[in-house]
Amino acid sequence: MLVDILRSTLPMAGSDVARDWDAFYAFLTWTSTIFFVGVVAAMVIFTIKYRHRAGHKADTEVHGNVPLEIVWTVIPTILVMVVFVWGYALYRDMVTAPGDSVEIKAIGKQWLWQFQYDDGRSYTNKVFVPVNRPVKFIITSEDVLHSFFVPNMRVKKDAVPGRYTTVWFEATAEGAHIVYCAEYCGTQHSGMLATVYAVSPEIWRRFIQGREIDENKLASGAADEVTMSAAATESKGGAERPISLIDQGRGLVASKGCVACHSVDGKQGIGPSLKGIHGAGVDFANGDHLEARDLNYLREAIEFPNARLVKGYGPMMPTFRGMVSETELTAMLEYIKSLK
Amino acid sequence: MAHTSHDGENYLNHEKGLWSWLSTIDHKRIGVMYLFTVLVFFFIGGVAAMLVRAELFRPGLTLMTADTYNKMFTYHGTIMVFMVVIPLIPSAFGNFVLPMMLGAKDVAFPKLNLASYYVWLAGALVATASLVVNQLDTGWTFYTPYSIRTSTSASWVLLGAFIMGFGGIFTSLNFIATIHKLRAPGLTWGRLPLFVWASYATAIVQLLATPVLALTLFLVVLERSTGIGIFDPKLGGDPVLFQHFFWFYSHPAVYIMALPAMGIISEVIPVHARKQVFGYWAIALATFGIALVAFVVWGHHMFVSGQSELANFLFSLITMFVAVPTGVKVFSWVATLYKGDLHFRMPLLYAFAFIFVFTIGGLTGVFLAALGSNVHLTDTYFVVAHFHYVMVGGTIMGMLAGLHHWFPKMSGRMYSEGWARVSWFLVFMGFNITFFPQFIVGSQGMPRRYYDYVPEFTTLNQISSVGAWIIGVGFVLMALYLLHALFRGAKAPPNPWGAATLEWAQDSPPPFHNFDKDPVVTHGPYDYRTSH
Repeated sequence: MLVDILRSTLPMAGSDVARDWDAFYAFLTWTSTIFFVGVVAAMVIFTIKYRHRAGHKADTEVHGNVPLEIVWTVIPTILVMVVFVWGYALYRDMVTAPGDSVEIKAIGKQWLWQFQYDDGRSYTNKVFVPVNRPVKFIITSEDVLHSFFVPNMRVKKDAVPGRYTTVWFEATAEGAHIVYCAEYCGTQHSGMLATVYAVSPEIWRRFIQGREIDENKLASGAADEVTMSAAATESKGGAERPISLIDQGRGLVASKGCVACHSVDGKQGIGPSLKGIHGAGVDFANGDHLEARDLNYLREAIEFPNARLVKGYGPMMPTFRGMVSETELTAMLEYIKSLK
Repeated sequence: MAHTSHDGENYLNHEKGLWSWLSTIDHKRIGVMYLFTVLVFFFIGGVAAMLVRAELFRPGLTLMTADTYNKMFTYHGTIMVFMVVIPLIPSAFGNFVLPMMLGAKDVAFPKLNLASYYVWLAGALVATASLVVNQLDTGWTFYTPYSIRTSTSASWVLLGAFIMGFGGIFTSLNFIATIHKLRAPGLTWGRLPLFVWASYATAIVQLLATPVLALTLFLVVLERSTGIGIFDPKLGGDPVLFQHFFWFYSHPAVYIMALPAMGIISEVIPVHARKQVFGYWAIALATFGIALVAFVVWGHHMFVSGQSELANFLFSLITMFVAVPTGVKVFSWVATLYKGDLHFRMPLLYAFAFIFVFTIGGLTGVFLAALGSNVHLTDTYFVVAHFHYVMVGGTIMGMLAGLHHWFPKMSGRMYSEGWARVSWFLVFMGFNITFFPQFIVGSQGMPRRYYDYVPEFTTLNQISSVGAWIIGVGFVLMALYLLHALFRGAKAPPNPWGAATLEWAQDSPPPFHNFDKDPVVTHGPYDYRTSH
């Protein structure tokens, strides 16, 4: 009930986490209201009772009250600890993506969002996700900072150039959910909008089979009307099946000359083999150790290979900064990830 | 009571002519020069705010293009932060009042004090000139890599901010030395007015934090001019590192802005409630508690920046502890009213306004300190509302309490209480009408620094814009009655409020040398039994 009163001040809750978020927000709001009303009420009562008037004098002996001061130190301390623990627990849920999440790449650039699926399809300013399944976005930026913000899901994460960040949600409500850029990025910052379309399992099934979705018909609901037939999909330029990210990556790793030094089958070369390096630990020449090589490490190794040299290898590799685009990098890393 | 000085000689008429002001090493005159200059910048920053709100009255183009709008909120933020809110209370009121509160003839290093004014002014002028000539559209936070790549010129504005920092460092050095060395006989640490405690804590924070900002801004200038890779990932730099550096200064800066205002409130409430402050040591210690914690919470600005989860955990935890001493202060101020004899004069009315808005600012800070709630609310209008409730509500309301409290001392004149109340009402109501709707529009998801917005947000934005204009009218009215008071106001008695601190123990305006006879302190700062 207390949550309901605040509903109008919040966007629609499009996921279970968003509902949890609203409950926490309601707790914060009502606790704060109690404190605020208490402070103002005391002020008003004292204002009336102790206003200056003929014959009234201040009691100059009051200058403190140790028990009272302890109480108003200890109670807020306990309360903020409750807030901290609750806030942290909620946060853990918000940032820990389940292992079986659908993965989508999101690249921010001045001033649009580009979304890439593993099958190679990519969309600008719109992205389709299934309802009732966790979806994880791997986010980066091609130029300056942006921030991927979906108010209905109560999630937000900065898109940082030169680095991957992630955000996830599990939409429970079908329909369109607006995406804002929440980190100032120049002229069209406020125009950098996108839409997340959460679609039914049936439409999603057709989508991942390669059919295109007509988002304007989503409201009508019927899967047959919403997803175009294979023929219509082809006539809309889908004639050539897009090349999956892994295949794109395989081609790039070959054409950029990576394979001259890095084998893909575990054979020793001039540089470390790419096989199985994603997620594996490594020792560096400077004595440091990395527990698991993640995407951020791998992109650093491509763009700035001499930043951290793997133990036993010399500074031979040229930098690829500026030689590979953000989308190419995404494909190459997807391929390297697949070399298990 | 006051020592009647000879023939109405005072610091204002002791010497005449513009040069006597520009070359003065009198802390009172330097304080007045700071106040005047800062108010000029406040006017400029305020006009920029009015234009921002006018543009936001409707979605889409209302008045100006997106690029112009982006520059406008950058001017508003940069001017208000670096040229108004940071120097306002320490440099203007601190300079004027602090040495007198201590019973000193001046600050410890009067020439350094004058130098601080000119260094700060030079920085402010460099920044302003650059804003006009080269323009800037990065926002006041100068986040990289945007600030490295923008076609507008960040370099000169950053250099200006860098130079202004030294002005703040000089002032802080001066205050620390003055408080340690120049207290009147009998003025023990336990008898220091709380404004002095607040200024002391502020000076320490400013002294330690400003060099970090200076270095950071210098690195950005270096990166922009030479292309070495520090913050721009294109060059192998790290944009999140900039945020760490920037907030390592700019978070303590929030307390550089807020603590002196709290000091003023601690001063004003006892005087106008005619009562000893409640919990003197609790307030003094809370001031230092806040100053200390201020240094280790900067990462709470970066919960969604991609910094590590461990960092998020720790910064959120530590930030929670800011709420405790802040709460102690608010409770102590309200408790000071208990069994008092409340005179509803302007300083007390502004103190009420301060407590009202600052409490909202503080409580909404908890929403942003908690990790889960922060994720949705950060970078939205909720944050804009929160920091305006803290900075305008806190610092500006505190400043206005101080201005109305010390105006008779500074000018030797009384202002019109009636007009002042009308203006107070407009500023207080206007403020809440402007910024409260922003909490809601932010919770609904409207990001900050948005030129355009979805139609659903129109009504709340329009209320907010109307509120801003009400504040504007309130301030124009204030300028009018204060100017009128300067020239036509009734002569102020030495101690119109019956205060017990030393700056009131002399004529209004004070004589050039502050004290004809060195004062000896025999009672606490809020002991009104003897003085009334």
